[in-house]
Amino acid sequence: MDFLTILQILDSTVRLATPLLLACLAGLWSERAGIFDIGLEGKMLIAAFFAAAIAYTSGLVWVGLLAGIAASMVLALLHGLASITFRGNQLISGVAINFLAAGLAVVIAQTWFAQGGRTPQLSSDARFANIELPGAATRIRDIAQQGPLGQTYSELISGHSILVYLALACVPLTWWLLYRTRFGLRLRAVGENPAAVDTAGISVVGLRFAAVLIAGVLCGIAGAYLSTALSSGFVKDMSAGRGFIALAALIFAKWRPWYALSACLLFGFFDAVGNRYQNIQLGEFIVPVQFMQALPYILVVIVLAGLVGKAIPPRAGGEPYVKER
Amino acid sequence: MDKMPKWADVVLIPLISVILALLVSGLVVAIIGESPWRAMQVMVKGAFGSAYGWGYTLYYATNFIFTGLAVAVAFHARLFNIGGEGQAALGGLGVAVILLAVDWPHWTLALAAAMGFAMLFSALWAAVPAYLQAKRGSHIVITTIMFNYIASALLVYLLVNVLRVEGSMAPESASFAAATHLPSAADFAGGLGFRGSTPLNISIFLALIACVLVWLLIWRTRLGYEIRAFGHSETAAVYAGINPTKIIMITMLISGALAGMMAINVVMGEAERLVLDFVEGAGFVGIAVALMGRSHPVGVVLAALLFGALYQGGAELQFEMPAISREMIVVIQALVILFTGALDNMVRMPVQKLFLALKRRRDDAARPNPAE
Repeated sequence: MDFLTILQILDSTVRLATPLLLACLAGLWSERAGIFDIGLEGKMLIAAFFAAAIAYTSGLVWVGLLAGIAASMVLALLHGLASITFRGNQLISGVAINFLAAGLAVVIAQTWFAQGGRTPQLSSDARFANIELPGAATRIRDIAQQGPLGQTYSELISGHSILVYLALACVPLTWWLLYRTRFGLRLRAVGENPAAVDTAGISVVGLRFAAVLIAGVLCGIAGAYLSTALSSGFVKDMSAGRGFIALAALIFAKWRPWYALSACLLFGFFDAVGNRYQNIQLGEFIVPVQFMQALPYILVVIVLAGLVGKAIPPRAGGEPYVKER
Repeated sequence: MDKMPKWADVVLIPLISVILALLVSGLVVAIIGESPWRAMQVMVKGAFGSAYGWGYTLYYATNFIFTGLAVAVAFHARLFNIGGEGQAALGGLGVAVILLAVDWPHWTLALAAAMGFAMLFSALWAAVPAYLQAKRGSHIVITTIMFNYIASALLVYLLVNVLRVEGSMAPESASFAAATHLPSAADFAGGLGFRGSTPLNISIFLALIACVLVWLLIWRTRLGYEIRAFGHSETAAVYAGINPTKIIMITMLISGALAGMMAINVVMGEAERLVLDFVEGAGFVGIAVALMGRSHPVGVVLAALLFGALYQGGAELQFEMPAISREMIVVIQALVILFTGALDNMVRMPVQKLFLALKRRRDDAARPNPAE
């Protein structure tokens, strides 16, 4: 395996980790405020559909992105309504949102485009183009002739869509907001001890809705990335369990932003390797591709079993807050 | 103090929730420019209008009774088992393994063995998340979701690499021997108009027996009492000498085994071989069924029948009104889960207020007026 091949795998690692990272950060915001969110998958899916559909009809990818974010936020509001306002079961609400998105996306797609629940193929200007950073080579022949540093720059660092860079920028941003601002402190407090926040005269409901809506925005970007950058158009069930892998990464990262980045890159790497090599041969033993696909899930179970350190979720997670009277 | 009579809790609130879910579904149909009224007519006719329709409706309902009971039993111990999908898949594997490995002389013996293996495999698949919940405190919702994906990868691997018939491209096992085929509705109820092609088979009686057994277990045995006590309050249950690990393990083993029984209906009764993705979301429908049926076997049967009709009617709808995608059923399913599960309080609060107001008025009328 030469250096360029490794770079190519890492390049697709970054591409495949991006939706995971955005969804994972979405989960982080929501769960840090004490709202479990297993509806990441559904929010991504509905955003993927609306982003592709609106980008196709308007021809403007940015409008598509906004539509995706809006659709995802509507579902986020629904989750907030069910789990904050009506103090319902957050897990059940998440399950409902996943099905609602999976069903609605296909039903609307069938009505609008009549192509069996998909959107038409997006033309290149209705998609997010890859950004070539200055000085980067684009053709594979030119890249092959560069030195290792140049190859890394051209192949790995340059040539991603803007959403990839945006997702990466969200990591320090999330860290800064959560750990260095008053809003972040309050938000984390509401996930650990909402009664204390309430006593301080700060609205628990307001903070939790803010967190859920931020999660909606991030899931919206993740979904739009799936349908308008990673591929060109929406197909049924295209999120393919990424929302749950993101959830897995979140637990793996123990609800911390920088660790979330590494966890998502790790899971993206599995995905990239699984895509490139159908079966991996380790000496006599052949690792089947299905094992690579199941690896993120197996890893999470191992982490949850407490074999690799203990994953402790925010203390008030999943509990609706009832004001004392 | 009871805020409202029991019938309101058990019948009225679920009914209002389901009606709300159906109204919103109708709204969705109207928004996409079709007539909800006509869609409903097509679905009701497709599900109940012929022996053919009934055959499929009851066949689907059989699946949903099993998966619904699986979720319901776990709910009683306040465990949310989203893993029905993976547990049922493993149950199918158990059925295929035992039916292909042994040359069965008669279907009754084959059925007993297949049930044993289906329940064994699926219960074991549920046992790992249960153990992790009981001993390590890992959240059962997350682990069962993960186990769904692992089960799906495992089944793909086994069907492609191990169980696939030599020379065939389709990822499915060999067909089971004719001696293991379960009697279909055409055999035992041919007089009612069921033809040989109907998927409905004797598994439906197993599903109904399972309902009775679950009812007996939950409300008539010591174990059931312990399960319910644990579900109401873990601390109180521990104080009363109930062992939480035991309850979590046993409840999840039963829940998994019930989900696995679904494979008897599909793999042994209908497909007569193991095919990829035979569960087709029935494990998830079980969540809606259990929520709507308030985790009671009678409620589960009624909800399963409704969802069976939705699945069969939805298939007909696709032919009659092609503008409405079959995925409309998933939307309805989601709305039922949303209204009966997550938005329960939205319906409950006004109904409670109503009953309190009625009660107050009645009390006022009964009390002698001090002014007189």
